[in-house]
Amino acid sequence: MTDRPDLAIVGAGPAGLAAATEAATRGLSVTLLDERAAPGGIVYHAVTRSPLGGSAVLDADYCRGAGLVEAFRSSGATYCPGASVWAVDRDGSIGVTVDGQARWLRPRRVLLATGCMERSLPFPGWTLPGVMTAGAGQILLKDSGAIPDGPVVLAGTGPLLLLVAVQYLRAGARIAAVADLTPPGAWQRGLPQLAGALGCLPLLRKGLSMMAELRRSDVRRIPGVTGLRAIGTDRLEAVEVRQGARAERIPAGVLLVHAGVVPNIVLTRMLRLPHRWDPRQRCWRPDADAFGATALDAVAVAGDGARILGAEAAIHAGRLAALDAAHRLGVLDRAERDRHAAPEQAAIERHAGLRSLLDAMYPPPDALTFLDADTTICRCEDITAADIRAAIADGCRDPNQVKAVTRCAMGPCQGRQCGQTLARIVADATGQTEEDVMPPRARPPLRRLTIGDLAALETE
Amino acid sequence: MTQDVIIIGGGLHGSSTAYQLAARGRRPLVIERNHVARHASGASAGGVRRLRRHRAELPLAMESLALWRRLPELLGDDCGFSPCGHLLLAETEADLAWTVERAATTRSLGYDFEEPIDRAEVKRLVPAVSDAVIGGIIARDDGFGNPLLTTAAFRRRAESLGARYLERTEVLGIERDAAGWTVATTAGRFAAPSLVNCAGGWGERIAAMLGETMPVRMKAATMTVTARVPRFLGPVIGHVRKKLSLKQMQNGTVVIGGGYEGRADMEAGESDVLYAGLPGNMKPVVDAFPHLARVPIVRNWTGLEGNTPDAIPYIGPSPNDPTLVHSFGYSGHGFQLGPICGVIVADLVMHGATPLPIGAFQPDRFATAGTLQWGAKEGTAVEEQKAV
Repeated sequence: MTDRPDLAIVGAGPAGLAAATEAATRGLSVTLLDERAAPGGIVYHAVTRSPLGGSAVLDADYCRGAGLVEAFRSSGATYCPGASVWAVDRDGSIGVTVDGQARWLRPRRVLLATGCMERSLPFPGWTLPGVMTAGAGQILLKDSGAIPDGPVVLAGTGPLLLLVAVQYLRAGARIAAVADLTPPGAWQRGLPQLAGALGCLPLLRKGLSMMAELRRSDVRRIPGVTGLRAIGTDRLEAVEVRQGARAERIPAGVLLVHAGVVPNIVLTRMLRLPHRWDPRQRCWRPDADAFGATALDAVAVAGDGARILGAEAAIHAGRLAALDAAHRLGVLDRAERDRHAAPEQAAIERHAGLRSLLDAMYPPPDALTFLDADTTICRCEDITAADIRAAIADGCRDPNQVKAVTRCAMGPCQGRQCGQTLARIVADATGQTEEDVMPPRARPPLRRLTIGDLAALETE
Repeated sequence: MTQDVIIIGGGLHGSSTAYQLAARGRRPLVIERNHVARHASGASAGGVRRLRRHRAELPLAMESLALWRRLPELLGDDCGFSPCGHLLLAETEADLAWTVERAATTRSLGYDFEEPIDRAEVKRLVPAVSDAVIGGIIARDDGFGNPLLTTAAFRRRAESLGARYLERTEVLGIERDAAGWTVATTAGRFAAPSLVNCAGGWGERIAAMLGETMPVRMKAATMTVTARVPRFLGPVIGHVRKKLSLKQMQNGTVVIGGGYEGRADMEAGESDVLYAGLPGNMKPVVDAFPHLARVPIVRNWTGLEGNTPDAIPYIGPSPNDPTLVHSFGYSGHGFQLGPICGVIVADLVMHGATPLPIGAFQPDRFATAGTLQWGAKEGTAVEEQKAV
């Protein structure tokens, strides 16, 4: 691995793989850093080795990831698995630990393709063992084909919840209920966006057929859910589901929760890039142009980490960022860049059309709706909503102050999980809008780094 | 209610000053551009240290320590003050010679708090220390406090005594007329007969608005906090020669300073950790305490602080106008001085004089052309103060 590649890419999901392939094909020296042991990111997790690959449980869209990996492997880009990126500097240099050794890379450019994460949706009992995100449940399935023995409740909203429900159903899980947090009227809301989404007909069809599959099964669907509580002493025993005034307890061994995905902005926040509030997706995302270029010369973003448009759009966005890197590094003139970019941009437009439909149908829930005063917000430091409100009552007016006073968002995850909920509570308690209140600053290191690692850091 | 003093800057020094003035019946208004303790006061390592302090600061530091001990009574809050001692490690004969010389110098000034100690005493106090350490120098009554709690406690008490705070309020301009000062801010105009500049790293800009030349360089000192480890440290540890500073907090985490510089972005009011410079920060830590090599870093951060050319603060009335008092540029070691400097500034505002010697801190010492010379080692307070 050279310490000074033309382009370093963080993340081997669809955007990172496509960018690395495109950039290497254009003649750039490329190093792709990825935390995982195998390429594919979250969406194509374990795509090259899953025991369920090619089966009916995981569909053709998933298996398409294998082709992406194949192209990457023959592109000449350097692949660096098991690489923990613990810092990125504004000049594009990267602190990374590989094989137990911390190194400081100085690429000419860096592309952040760190993808999305599931929206954190704290509710009473959500920290009990047995409660996890639908995405985590899906990873277990992709990794080992494992499904839980006990009854499973799925709760939440959005296409991934539907996908995981269907995948669990096919794998033979006992699904006790699917508690739908989507406000009633999804199709009425979606109708005006339908025409714009027709460019992604195959994905639309896939969604409709999954809905039909779930409907045909005898899985119980509870619509219009307005409250959620996980009940148990040492681990999950039951899920309390509320529809308005009506509450019901459903025995469960596992609760999979999903409230949509948001860009993982810990790195871009740490870099102090400008971010903008996306009211439809109810999240913050880094400001970037059509090629993923940011306010920092050496830093670009691509994929769901820049804007949630899904895996296929991320492939196109990765290629765009690679074309732009090739242009900025002098191996591709502007006209050539733009000529190759046009079809990628058109494809992204199609996916943006589909996303508008999904955003209209599945509006992200307001975190405040589901939590109560005693709900844990920061899992790392065990800080509750009441602790945060007490700090605000004491005079704190922004999330950084609350962080300093309560330690909320000060743990090892650097606020990745709780940052947005903290900002939401601050906005609520101080009479501001969500758009007014950014999550707190994120601090390095983002991954494990010891005193000894840093003492021995090779900086050249 | 109107104010009779305007204090620009709501950090530790502004808040300590506000408390002292309010406690004596004045009605101060504190104008803070960001939120209280946003920069140096919040990012400080919290050292309450007289050991190896600049000779000019020693009389103030002695008085300040007395106030640190009385904070529970004065503020109703101990501010996390722990008088655990400060110990500088010596590894060579030259290091040892320096400890003896330093203690003798300090004693000749009338202070006996610095005590050279031998290898056995260092080992007794800090059994985990490396065998390479052959002695040291200790100030047994020094210690550390919690910067956020301390500034918050001064502010709270100041407010309860009638001080007012305006946060997220930026100073746009300052005018002087026969009645006093008028400060134009993003929250309107405020007038008072007296004005105090406690703007820290932005103090130079405030002085410039007043036509005064008080150079400050913004620096971003890097801090490191580790995961919790079993208790192994009593005193705060430094080194006679190396840039080393570490302490173990009540919760078991180890906080490491040393003055390694990050990237200061004054315009954004932000700063960044620069890892490429940090191996040198960690090597002396591992040398002194080999068992820390395996301990994970939980967080690195940097904070902006204003450094003067000679690394000692500006404290005193403006030579042009006694109703204007400056107190900033503490150059990375102003935390210990916070309590006493509030007293000094309040004295200057109310009586135009203070019994404590502040001649070395004259605000206009770099005002005349040709007098400005940034110290060869400016900002590295450790090295600078060794020269005392």
